[in-house]
Amino acid sequence: MIHLTDTPSQEKKRWPFTKAISLSAALARFLRDLQKNGAFLLMSLPGFLLVIVFSYLPMPGIIIAFKNFKANLGLWNSPWVGFKNFEFLFATDIAWRITYNTIFLNSIFIFTSILGSLGLALLLNEVRIKWLARFYQSAVFFPYFVSWVIVGLFGFAILNYDNGLMNVTLERLGYERVDWYKTPSYWPAILTITNLWKGAGYWSIVYLAAMMGISPDYYEAAELDGASRWQQITRITLPLITPLIIINFLLSVGRIFFADFGMFYYVTRDSSLLYPTTDVIDTYVFRALRRLGDFGMAGAAGLYQSLVGFLTILFANWVVKRVDPEKSIF
Amino acid sequence: MPTRRQTYRPFSFYRFSRNVSQIFINAILLLISFIFLLPLIVVISASLSDEQTLAKHGYSLLPQNFSLAAYEYLFLAPDRLLRAYSVTIFVTVTGTLLGLLVMSMLAYALSRPEFKWRKPFSFMLIFTMLFSGGLVPTYLLITQVLQLKDNILVLILPYLVIPWFVFILRSFFAGLPQELIEVARVDGASEWRIFFQIVLPLSTPALATVGLFMILIYWNDWWLSLLYINNPNLFPLQYLLFSIMRNAEFLTSNSNTGLLMGVELPTQTLRMAMVVVAMGPIATAFLALQKYFIRGALIGSLKG
Repeated sequence: MIHLTDTPSQEKKRWPFTKAISLSAALARFLRDLQKNGAFLLMSLPGFLLVIVFSYLPMPGIIIAFKNFKANLGLWNSPWVGFKNFEFLFATDIAWRITYNTIFLNSIFIFTSILGSLGLALLLNEVRIKWLARFYQSAVFFPYFVSWVIVGLFGFAILNYDNGLMNVTLERLGYERVDWYKTPSYWPAILTITNLWKGAGYWSIVYLAAMMGISPDYYEAAELDGASRWQQITRITLPLITPLIIINFLLSVGRIFFADFGMFYYVTRDSSLLYPTTDVIDTYVFRALRRLGDFGMAGAAGLYQSLVGFLTILFANWVVKRVDPEKSIF
Repeated sequence: MPTRRQTYRPFSFYRFSRNVSQIFINAILLLISFIFLLPLIVVISASLSDEQTLAKHGYSLLPQNFSLAAYEYLFLAPDRLLRAYSVTIFVTVTGTLLGLLVMSMLAYALSRPEFKWRKPFSFMLIFTMLFSGGLVPTYLLITQVLQLKDNILVLILPYLVIPWFVFILRSFFAGLPQELIEVARVDGASEWRIFFQIVLPLSTPALATVGLFMILIYWNDWWLSLLYINNPNLFPLQYLLFSIMRNAEFLTSNSNTGLLMGVELPTQTLRMAMVVVAMGPIATAFLALQKYFIRGALIGSLKG
């Protein structure tokens, strides 16, 4: 819930159509405004400049998607090629693959993450022993503090072919070893588990706090009426935090076109054999840029993501606004 | 001497089932906690294992043939690790402090109703959360126009202003008692003085929460170094780990080409020891400061 205004604006602007303002009067007013707002302007200046430089200056650069970029010519002097880059991108099955993988995996992530963290929060909410509750919370929260590079190394300890925990265990149980990093079909499941492991703690704590915010009166009344704990959960707890769940769901749907690059890059160890199921838009753009040096294609895929992503975010925000105006981004 | 009165508590199915479900719930949560901690346990055990045994018998829950060799080796020639550590600490401290200053100044200006251009400025910030130029234009800007490649500033500047945090701070500032500010202004205090002497001291909880998230962002960052840093002297911790992992792969896959002559091959236990050393301080610190994160998570999702 970000409001553009925190307080109702006091001054209602009446544009003086009747009397023409001379240029000098306008200038004088501008100078007066500058002086009056000088301190605020100066305060916002550093942050504002950083936003301009790192967020707005790159924006005109999206024209690279329509150019045949040559490093020696620079962005502006490189020849225009119209929609050529997009034609190439969509002519191959790459565009389809990365779009499908991004949306498919993100959808699974959204559902598993909501269900998982909600279930975890419900369980944590039932624990009556303080120190145990704290231990559980720390254990499930800890992956949130671990960087994807380290998660990648965790994964290696578990999944590597020669001596990873999984293969050692499989062998001990009498099964065949699996070459995890070369078998794409396992990866939607592995990534789903990784995503759940990394984020469930954080989100369960968010839901848990919402649950703790529910007034105990409801539960006392329910208990008097003889409601079981399970009934209390399904009739009181869940309905009362449903708005929060819906908002979180919608906000994740808004970002469905953006993948978590770190997970797809480090956890898969960027293994090219896994691309059929793990290559997403973000990893493709990165690879096209850094490995292949194909700026035009990378730019085209990036612009495609920015535009479609922009639309999904707008759409999700529009729905959020209908559900709960307080929670919308704008 | 008073004796404790023995009360006869009739068997209650309700209480019985409650105790059973408590045991059941705790059992499930113990199992979940174990699964969540499993990778950490495996990595720590591996770092404490003997190299040959690890290679032969594989990763397991307990150290095999306990050995501190990996850590000894690590601290024998700690140059690269120390360098990476100092880069990470420098970037984290500078970035967090500078970011807090820049963001809170911006947030304060945006929180003041008197500020005339508050709306357009807020919109500019919000728009960056909706649309971005994407990786390629940003990459070109930073490498070609700003020429920041292999400059330590590139690890700091891009994360200094995070719109979401600015809005968290702004709503915190807007929630402060406005009378204090009014009174100070009547007394003739300048906006700067009000900001630094009244608003900031009152805002330590919000600053602490945002600050902790900033520390986490900078400490765990590998993205900026992956894109813009080639000079090994400027590798932060996370990127050093990644490059060691990648080099080890490169060397093992080329081990029959004679490239290995005179090159020390990073071993598995050593890599796992590095993970522990890289993760240790931040993980402990953050577990200790967990409650601030929880508060941050709440501000972010409930009140943002």
